[in-house]
Amino acid sequence: MIENLQGHYAYYFLAILTVIGFYGMLAKRNLVKKLIGMTILQSSIILFWLVGAYKRRGSVPILDERLGTADPGLYVNPLPHTLMLTAIVVAVVTLGVAFALLIAIHRSYDTLDEEELLERMR
Amino acid sequence: MIAANLPALIPLTYLVTALLIPLAGAWRPSLAPGMALAGASAGAALALGGLVRVAASGPLSYGMGGWPPPVGIEFVLDGLSAFVVAVVAVVGLAALAHGTHTARSQTPGRVVPFMSASMIFLTGLTGMVLTGDLFNLYVFLEISSLAAYALLAVGSRQAPLSTFRYLTMGTAGASLYLLGLAFLYLETGTLNMADMGRILTLVEGRSPVIMGITLMGVGMALKMALFPLHGWLPDAYTDASSAGTSLVAPLGTKVAAYVLLRLFFFVLAPEYSRGLPLLAAVGYLGAAGVVWGSVMAILQPELKRMLAYSSVSQVGYIAAGIGLASPLGFIGAVLHILNHAFMKACLFLVAGNLRAQRGHSDIPWFDRSLRRAMPWSMAAFALAALSMIGIPPFAGFFSKWYLALGALEQANWLLLAALVASSLLNAVYFFRVLERMYLVPASEGAAAAPAPIEEGEVPVSMLVPTVALAGGLLVLGLGNAWLVTHLIRPMLPAGL
Repeated sequence: MIENLQGHYAYYFLAILTVIGFYGMLAKRNLVKKLIGMTILQSSIILFWLVGAYKRRGSVPILDERLGTADPGLYVNPLPHTLMLTAIVVAVVTLGVAFALLIAIHRSYDTLDEEELLERMR
Repeated sequence: MIAANLPALIPLTYLVTALLIPLAGAWRPSLAPGMALAGASAGAALALGGLVRVAASGPLSYGMGGWPPPVGIEFVLDGLSAFVVAVVAVVGLAALAHGTHTARSQTPGRVVPFMSASMIFLTGLTGMVLTGDLFNLYVFLEISSLAAYALLAVGSRQAPLSTFRYLTMGTAGASLYLLGLAFLYLETGTLNMADMGRILTLVEGRSPVIMGITLMGVGMALKMALFPLHGWLPDAYTDASSAGTSLVAPLGTKVAAYVLLRLFFFVLAPEYSRGLPLLAAVGYLGAAGVVWGSVMAILQPELKRMLAYSSVSQVGYIAAGIGLASPLGFIGAVLHILNHAFMKACLFLVAGNLRAQRGHSDIPWFDRSLRRAMPWSMAAFALAALSMIGIPPFAGFFSKWYLALGALEQANWLLLAALVASSLLNAVYFFRVLERMYLVPASEGAAAAPAPIEEGEVPVSMLVPTVALAGGLLVLGLGNAWLVTHLIRPMLPAGL
């Protein structure tokens, strides 16, 4: 049990974060809160990639004369970080589109509460 | 020269057009539809050229930025991707040719952004199909999804809310895909599909790999609206404008289905995925969706909503074909991607025609005056409906035939029963509409209907794509043997 926990704290934290994100998306009535849940979910996944790429005592992936090129294990793999830069951009753009939709919803129904929306749509 | 660059050139054509449209539109907005049509035509020509080229001389690969794969991002035009990209480009062109007219009337003042977004949508879809890199696929998935949200959000008053639901579900699906990809990347250290396929054979039994594949599969199932993850689809497709729906509905879910095919039979070895419970689940959920979608379609009083539920059922056929994991199932699934794209595009175009001329598409208000007023649109609808039911020699029959043969081969009686039941249910909900369109006298029902916006048949620019798609169904049906032997059999993955 303990050995399962030790050294994996970050993964447990991220698992909880993912569940919180899903809970927010599914259970919250307010559409903005749903969006917050969505953002938490996306962030937890981005962090999962970064934690996976973590390397103890790894150096930045820029050629260091003291370390040389003989052992690439001394450097951190830059690929997950660059990928997540793209994923962050995607997440931001999605959020922007979502807010634009929320503004349109609020303009025509004057509320962002899901149940009130359903009532006013009738 | 052009041939070697084809894999990159196809999405690039759409992307460049998407960027040029706002520039030209700022100067003269009336240029936008013409430019979008030109871009879509060029894309369709390149995609068809690619299909011919691949059939004649084998797959093409393109390393982005001159970096050879697996380090660089690879774009691959092989049998399957060339086929699906040609479907996307041709159906996209037809829907757009129709949409240039409806967009002007239904989304006045927003034609320029509409055209630009539809080009970005096609960029995303073709990119998803052509890329050989799993992370690049995620990026293109989000590009196409974001453009789809923009296209679907304009329409009726409820459209923004329906699109918001689609956005949260779609983002959850894409996020699950990304999470699954993280597991696979951390296990294999590569993102290139072919390279990952090679490495996965060494580690395929390990739990992170299974976790990763499951998450990616569920994410894509959400995107393709596989039952029971289809909740976002009916509202989003019903509330959007005709132009938006007819572009997004036939293509969006098919490309997600393509990703599942790619994942299960090309990235993973077919012998391995055959044993995965996930693949069996996809198949059975597909069969359940086939029946559920048809039953729900019968209950809908509005034509677009009925067609949206019918999409849930038709996507189920593709999933069932994937779940069979046999050559016949694969052929059925790929053929159904093509047939359903044509059928559903044609049906949604007719729904658009009805809304343009009559101002509504509520089935209880249909009567036989429609047949007199819009003979060509109604004929196209009848053709596509017969094809959906699966009556030979229309295209829809043949994909169902291959799926049924695949089910028989494995003695999968449950799937066979679902296929037969769904054909009957299809007949129920389409004949219900056809009866009203062709037989019910005008005096009944139509009293409460709004007055027609315009009498008579739709303009030629809307009629030509509708009739061309309907005619295409007959051609595809009659030529299906050729299609299967010359295009689909050669693309079967090794070991299936």
